[in-house]
Amino acid sequence: MLDRVTKVYGKSSTPALDRISLHVEPKEFVIVVGQSGAGKSTLLKLLTREERQTSGKIIIGGIDYDKLKDKNIPLLRRKIGVVFQDFKLLPNRTVFENVAFALEIVGMSSHEIKHTVPKVLDIVNLKGKENSMPRELSGGERQRVAIARAIVRQPKILIADEPTGNLDPKHAWDVIAVLEKINRFGTTVLLTTHNQEIVNKLKRRVVTIDHGKIASDRAHASYKL
Amino acid sequence: MAIAAMAVMVVTLTIILLSLVVNTTLSGTIKQITDKIDVSVYLKDSVTVKQRQEFTQRLEALPNVSSTRYLSKEEALEAYRQENVNNPELLKAINQTDNPLPATIRVKPKDLNKVQDIQQFLNQTDNKELQSEEPSYSGDRKEAIDKISHAANVLQRVGIAGIALFAIISVLIIFNTIQMAIFNRRDEISIMRLLGANTWYIRGPFVVESIIYGIVSGLISVLLIKSLFIASSGTLEASSLGLLDISYAQHYFNDHFWILLLAQVGIGVVIGAGSSIVATRRYLKFKTPKK
Repeated sequence: MLDRVTKVYGKSSTPALDRISLHVEPKEFVIVVGQSGAGKSTLLKLLTREERQTSGKIIIGGIDYDKLKDKNIPLLRRKIGVVFQDFKLLPNRTVFENVAFALEIVGMSSHEIKHTVPKVLDIVNLKGKENSMPRELSGGERQRVAIARAIVRQPKILIADEPTGNLDPKHAWDVIAVLEKINRFGTTVLLTTHNQEIVNKLKRRVVTIDHGKIASDRAHASYKL
Repeated sequence: MAIAAMAVMVVTLTIILLSLVVNTTLSGTIKQITDKIDVSVYLKDSVTVKQRQEFTQRLEALPNVSSTRYLSKEEALEAYRQENVNNPELLKAINQTDNPLPATIRVKPKDLNKVQDIQQFLNQTDNKELQSEEPSYSGDRKEAIDKISHAANVLQRVGIAGIALFAIISVLIIFNTIQMAIFNRRDEISIMRLLGANTWYIRGPFVVESIIYGIVSGLISVLLIKSLFIASSGTLEASSLGLLDISYAQHYFNDHFWILLLAQVGIGVVIGAGSSIVATRRYLKFKTPKK
């Protein structure tokens, strides 16, 4: 997926990512760990094309990012589900509307939306919260709304950037459970975290990034800070 | 956002409409004055019909002559009487003698600034022989004609420049207002962007909103001017302020009401759509590769 990708911000002399190469198989569950500032977020921003790599090649699901035209970026983003650390929910819309929004963008009929959204809210255990506003929800619930929004379009890849970062342990586990469930349904999951306990318990492939380089890449690994 | 942007747009469109009406009124008034101005060529009583016709033909062949009108001695007298209806002294003087007025050709020039070529033509010796006295543009009257046409030109130019200036300033202000509104919603825009929304999916509502403000502002501005006229006709009763003939302005406004309304709404739509498209552009841009 990634081949010798380097990202340099501005005129900074040290790259945020230095020749990162990473191959992820479909349906894999990969955890990316690393200190703050190691380059995890940069890596994810490259994948969603929020940032552009300085050099190297990124190919996801057959899409070569170098050949991707600006007007096709929305199409790329529709294929990737993203869960942000700060949720990025639309504050003036209800839970239902937030999830439905992802479907409205792709032009789904309101009939189909009414049919699909409750199913997904069910998956993330948010049944009954459809008409709540984001500010009325707990952090864990908001994060699950964000996940519901990310998976409602059934993306092949789900990128979760520290989804547990703002959550207490109980809610964090709720979120992780949902991610595992989605992975079982056949979605590739890319999770970044620095929560040691989660990494150790999940027993999945762990990629460690340090100072913009891949320090280790082990299957079923545990992780120590 | 709604109130601020619309207030600015209403003020702008009202000013544009007002300057348009004022400008048309001014040039209309000036046109009325200059239309009455012509060059009167006075013919000797001895000129034959054939001579006159031939002379008229040559006169009409001049590039700057728009039309000519022949007044026989009797018609000239009649016209003189009408012009001086309120001056019985003068009428009496005319009535007491037999008709002293010469037959007259009234020449309407196309361009008041170029009366010289008509003058030149009339001064040629064989033409001069036909005339009983100097044509009437000469002296003070010529100067007056010159001044009025010059003033007309200047006013028109000032009017156009004024409208353009107001339009530019208001576009900048409206652009700024809309940009502020969009700035307040930039997080929402960036979230939509990250979820893969199309440019026009995000931009559409902003543009539609701004267009609606444009339409409403256009309507309000026309109604404002309309009520201004209604109010002024009550108090000023078709009076005029110098060259600004209010009844003329009112007529112009009422005659062109629907066109003006359409134009105002149109301008509002263009300003609203244009500034919202430009204002959203920077928040919708993708990161471009660094070379």
